[in-house]
Amino acid sequence: MSSLVKCPHCGLRPREEFTIRGEVATPRPNAGADEAVWFDHVYLRDNPRGEHSEYWHHSGGCRRWLVLTRDTVTHETSDVVDASTLKLGEGA
Amino acid sequence: MRYSALSLLGNAFSKNKNWRPAWRNPDPKPHYDVIIIGGGGHGLATAYYLSKVFGVRNVAVLEKGYLGSGNIGRNTTIIRSNYLLEGNNPFYEFSMKLWEGLEQDFNFNAMVSQRGVINLFHSDAQRDAYTRRGNAMRLHGVDAELLNRDQLREKLPFLDYENARFPIMGGLMQARGGTVRHDAVAWGFARGADQNGVDIIQNCEVTGIERDGDQITGVQTTRGAITCNKLAMAVAGSSSHVAKMVDMRLPIESHALQAFVSEGLKPFIDTVVTFGAGHFYVSQSDKGGLVFGGDIEGYNSYAQRGNLACVEHVAEAGMAMIPALSRVRILRSWGGIMDMSMDGSPIMDRTHLANLYFNGGWCYGGFKATPASGYCFAHLLATDTPHETATAFRMDRFARGYLLDEKGVGAQANLH
Repeated sequence: MSSLVKCPHCGLRPREEFTIRGEVATPRPNAGADEAVWFDHVYLRDNPRGEHSEYWHHSGGCRRWLVLTRDTVTHETSDVVDASTLKLGEGA
Repeated sequence: MRYSALSLLGNAFSKNKNWRPAWRNPDPKPHYDVIIIGGGGHGLATAYYLSKVFGVRNVAVLEKGYLGSGNIGRNTTIIRSNYLLEGNNPFYEFSMKLWEGLEQDFNFNAMVSQRGVINLFHSDAQRDAYTRRGNAMRLHGVDAELLNRDQLREKLPFLDYENARFPIMGGLMQARGGTVRHDAVAWGFARGADQNGVDIIQNCEVTGIERDGDQITGVQTTRGAITCNKLAMAVAGSSSHVAKMVDMRLPIESHALQAFVSEGLKPFIDTVVTFGAGHFYVSQSDKGGLVFGGDIEGYNSYAQRGNLACVEHVAEAGMAMIPALSRVRILRSWGGIMDMSMDGSPIMDRTHLANLYFNGGWCYGGFKATPASGYCFAHLLATDTPHETATAFRMDRFARGYLLDEKGVGAQANLH
């Protein structure tokens, strides 16, 4: 993985400043949603070999949640945006 | 040819010119009863036990690279059965018993060395947890011994007992645990399966899976199409990638784990020791190199390499446990891809497709399970019912709420 990550707020920062949360899953279901929907949300992953969107927290910097698009084979990062700009839509 | 002292002697007298390759290198046939995707430890063990115990001999193992190129040749070679949970312990103990008879069984020297595995504890709470674990093991008929600090000092005088933050108070020992030469496990199973008529097809990547309704009819590979009656996946590390070919989403993430070997040293550590205050485990190989590893990197990865941050972390944990490591130089490091399941336990089950069988999610505990995984998966393939020791590894346990969370940390892959 590259040792520098381009935070949209702080610019190029060392990778150690970030905490990786993992896959950008489906939006959190509503409390009353079907068990199958919750199962899908909590447990199932796409886990792609290739381009992967994931939550990163700039815990040692601006403390914003970011969404990185990274290749899981080459570790190349193609896109970084603030998570608040992402429109995941309503939960099921 | 059966290997023996006599065959060694005979071949020595004929100047070692008559050794034959340990397995054939066949071209794929158009059809097999069972196709196993993945020629790693688990796939080869499955083929071995299928052909030997269950009499299914028209079997192919398809391997993307060369034999032993995946995790079977990348782990830190530790075997143990020191598990707490009901669903886990009998399975890993079954594996340990298979290890104990393995070399005689498949007639190959795998250098099974029961040198003992010691897990250190550093606090009263941790001692209580290990006491509980040890008792659970003994209730299952597995050997376990709680060592106090003095007993431990006699065995491992070089540990940092007076560490200010994590003093070592003792350890839980499984004397039957130890190490095995991992490559030889792959070779032994491959040779044994091959002798029973299994075709081991290397450099043959599965690129697609053919379906007719809910039946698998065969696979597309880089060496042509092959049909089959049953299809078995044993591709831990790449499970999600292969499952995608049949639109399966799995409770699995792929993560990289690194392992290291130091320069050769004089005999120093004669057991396997694990650090209880961090993630670090070490043993010494017969060549003298210290073989050690730590935690996964913590982000999804299909790259068989890790990062420097983890190297530093592992080195720090090692130093905290054995200060004498400070001047030891690391010779090599490498990475493998782990199938991290959401509860840290494996999955071995049938799937939503009638004749597709799944074996994966081994996290970083797959090596010690190799023989039992092969045996139980062969049982599942041959009889359509799980082996009695592998009934907890169901695919639907997540949906039903019956997680097998050995570590007790919750449903997130990078915590296990």
